[in-house]
Amino acid sequence: MSGANSSAGIVEAVSAAAAPGSGSARFWRLKSFARNRAALISALVLVGVVGAVTFGPLIGGLNPDDADNLARYAPMGSPGHLLGTDQQGRDMLARLLFGGRVSLLVGVAPTLTAGVIGLALGLLSGYVRGVVDQIIMRCLDVVFAFPMVLLAIAIAGAMQPGVLTEIIAITVILVPYFARLARTATESVVPMPFVEAARAAGGTPSAIMLRYILPAVFGPVIVYATTLIGLMIVVGSGLSFLGLGVQPPTADWGAMVAEGRVVLRRASHVTIIPGVAILIVSLAFNFLGDGIRDALDPRTIRR
Amino acid sequence: MSEGADAGLIVENLRTRFGSDRAGATVVDGVSFALQPGRTIALVGESGCGKSATALSLMRLIEPPGRIISGRVLLDGRDLLAMSEREMEGTRGAKIGMIFQDPLTSLNPALTIGWQISETILAHQPVSRAAAEQKAIELLRHVGVNDAERRAHDYPHHFSGGMRQRVLIAAAISCRPKVIIADEPTTALDVTVQAKILRLLRDLQQEMHASMLLITHDLGVVAAMADEVMVMYAGRIVERADVDTLFHNPGHPYTKALLACATGIEDDRGVPLEPIGGSAPDLRHPPPGCRFAPRCSAVQDLCRAQDQSLRALAGGHEVACVVVEQERADA
Amino acid sequence: MANFILRRIIGVVPVICGVSIVIFLLVHLAPGDAATALLGPQASEAAKQELRHTLGLDQSLPVQYLAWLARTLRGDFGVSIATHLPVLTLVLPRFGNTLILTFGSLLIAIVSGYVIGLLSALRANSLFDRLIMSVTLLAGSAPPFWLGLILVLLFAIQLRWLPVSGMDDVTGNGGVMDVLRHLALPAVTTAMGPAAVITRIVRTSLIEALGRPHVRVARAKGLKRSELLRRHVILNALPPVITITGLQLGYLLGGALLTEVVFAWPGLGSLLYDSITARDLPVIQATTLAIALAFVLANIVVDLINAKLDPRLREA
Repeated sequence: MSGANSSAGIVEAVSAAAAPGSGSARFWRLKSFARNRAALISALVLVGVVGAVTFGPLIGGLNPDDADNLARYAPMGSPGHLLGTDQQGRDMLARLLFGGRVSLLVGVAPTLTAGVIGLALGLLSGYVRGVVDQIIMRCLDVVFAFPMVLLAIAIAGAMQPGVLTEIIAITVILVPYFARLARTATESVVPMPFVEAARAAGGTPSAIMLRYILPAVFGPVIVYATTLIGLMIVVGSGLSFLGLGVQPPTADWGAMVAEGRVVLRRASHVTIIPGVAILIVSLAFNFLGDGIRDALDPRTIRR
Repeated sequence: MSEGADAGLIVENLRTRFGSDRAGATVVDGVSFALQPGRTIALVGESGCGKSATALSLMRLIEPPGRIISGRVLLDGRDLLAMSEREMEGTRGAKIGMIFQDPLTSLNPALTIGWQISETILAHQPVSRAAAEQKAIELLRHVGVNDAERRAHDYPHHFSGGMRQRVLIAAAISCRPKVIIADEPTTALDVTVQAKILRLLRDLQQEMHASMLLITHDLGVVAAMADEVMVMYAGRIVERADVDTLFHNPGHPYTKALLACATGIEDDRGVPLEPIGGSAPDLRHPPPGCRFAPRCSAVQDLCRAQDQSLRALAGGHEVACVVVEQERADA
Repeated sequence: MANFILRRIIGVVPVICGVSIVIFLLVHLAPGDAATALLGPQASEAAKQELRHTLGLDQSLPVQYLAWLARTLRGDFGVSIATHLPVLTLVLPRFGNTLILTFGSLLIAIVSGYVIGLLSALRANSLFDRLIMSVTLLAGSAPPFWLGLILVLLFAIQLRWLPVSGMDDVTGNGGVMDVLRHLALPAVTTAMGPAAVITRIVRTSLIEALGRPHVRVARAKGLKRSELLRRHVILNALPPVITITGLQLGYLLGGALLTEVVFAWPGLGSLLYDSITARDLPVIQATTLAIALAFVLANIVVDLINAKLDPRLREA
């Protein structure tokens, strides 16, 4: 039973008496600093990645579709090809930078769109209640009844493949998650005194929702969105891997993995590199989401 | 069993510390007492004075970052603190039964009442599951649960606070322990239920001829239940007396303040006792000399200069106060 | 309990209706016209018109939906556009393979998640615990299809321990051992993400359960450590764990679809992939319906297990 805090009552009594600067207080501060450091590093990594995919391609000499037949399968660190080349002799670094634009777009755009739609639905549902609430929630239940990736694949599969299709499919599967969160948050805000006061002062429902409830619901939605972007980059790369996203010769990171798969034996770096890129970005968004949550909610720091 | 068979529970210089050697607090600091069979000792004091930590130390239920740093706890002539963890498992529940403060959270919501009583019996006695369950039903009846046969199959959320405390008492006495430790057994209960639970505890204790360590901050409970009283302050016992002496002729200024406070204020249940100006010392940096000195109205220079240990006055009355000792000697 | 089951099953009916509507509407998401898709671009306008009439495509959407629903309920999922075979004969044999993969990975995810989570919780904040937490973070953030390829690279190509793909049908010549050998990599791949999530929730809920007051009471009863952990800690930590495990079913089924493509596992995922590539809408519909129904059913089972574990939930 070591390590468990069953003696919590006593520990609390002791640490309640503890002045700041005590051993335990210092420990907690260190711990929360370590967490914030992870979030900080993640933010820097993300700024770096966004900067690289935005400005990298602007530097001359990088062409993701330029196939050099003489330099196929070049390994990492080859002269002129820092990350090597793929089976068609295309520069991996160039493809990674150009593909990153699409991959980030496919992770961020649906999350933002779904965040806005879900926020609106959840606000409406939680504030108006009644039949509207019932209808909205039952519709969302239906989307929840599908495994997330399945519905995205089915929607994208039925439509014409492309970046827009991918964004729409991911948006659809995300809306219910945001709406449910926003509804719960709204429900917890509505009974609060300042909302009562606004109502008593004769505020119209839309004004109350926008001015008083929206700001209170916004925080949790932002935290959720940050965490979800990481997951959505993974889901989006999955759709691209299946060929439902951007079409050749352009390739985002998921599609690059699909291309690399064919030559896994011969040139594994073609598969490994884009996957590592997805992993790094998804990890960074997860850490950042945790960091933002901790910053907004002081209770979690002690966990 | 060794020769010290019916000496009851003897505690010698028990010390328990939370945190490391450098930064930390000794929350139980040199507690000693002897608890004879059939007797009840009340341990009283403000919240955070180390009462509960003392009880948990006796059971060896102190968990990291806390640890027992010294002392002996003798039961049947054997030192509990020197036992292996397995021997200790065989002692808890069998020889010492413990009742906790909050009956609402002390029962496992996922197990039936009957199970939670019979598991104690099964842990210590070589009986069948069915026999243990039958015994559990008898115990439920014994502690005053109506329709015990049926209610044994119910889950805790069907029971009121008072009924849950009865269930917990049934579990604690199921193996007829020699010692009962009751840590604020009625604090979380309605006033109307408190008296019933206390009567039940006393009846059971007398019936089993067990000794009881009763931890409470409620002097009314002390008056009703205890033979002897120990007053604890900042991890130390500051006064020990039989119950009449303590109420009628208290020695330590802290005890006097407690008594003055208790007679003046209505007993608000669950509210920690805060009778005296100032607050208890920070145990990570205890004040030199008497720990009560900063709050004491009768404080003298001598009090801050040297540690005050328990000194015997007349008739088994012990007080850790140099001022009282001088007064009584002069009188 | 019977009451609870009944209520749960009645509650799921409108959801299934909604699911069927969504799946029906999938066809109408498709660009262009179904008759053209079925007959090919060279078909005459008259022939298309006739087909539309036979398929009921000239009627209103609700009428079409009811007709489709009636056919579906009879087990008639139409004919595959690509292979001209009845859809049901395509979907059914694949269903079993997907179940094998899903159950295999579910088993791996649960066993590894529970065991590692328990060990981590009992050694909270130790080096082991921190290492495990880092690994779960990585496994939970990586794309599953890519992890699968990395495993192939490692175990099939570098070490040559396991085959990359090419599983026969379960009823094939290989026998059980062959299935297991082929199952290992895809199942581990699919299990990794869910296993990571389960490990974390097991650890968190155990640590929380260890700190509850009734655990100390149980220790004061003198229970043996194993008994104490089983009845007073693990049992109480289970409800959130079961709920999260249940949620993982969705990720697992979704992940399995991708893993099937990576490993050429002959299940519903590969079928879905092939039918998407061939724009074979009836097969897309039937496959999606099959997986969605399995998921709904699985969720009911999760709810039942939860109710079994938590007496308060049953009576609510």
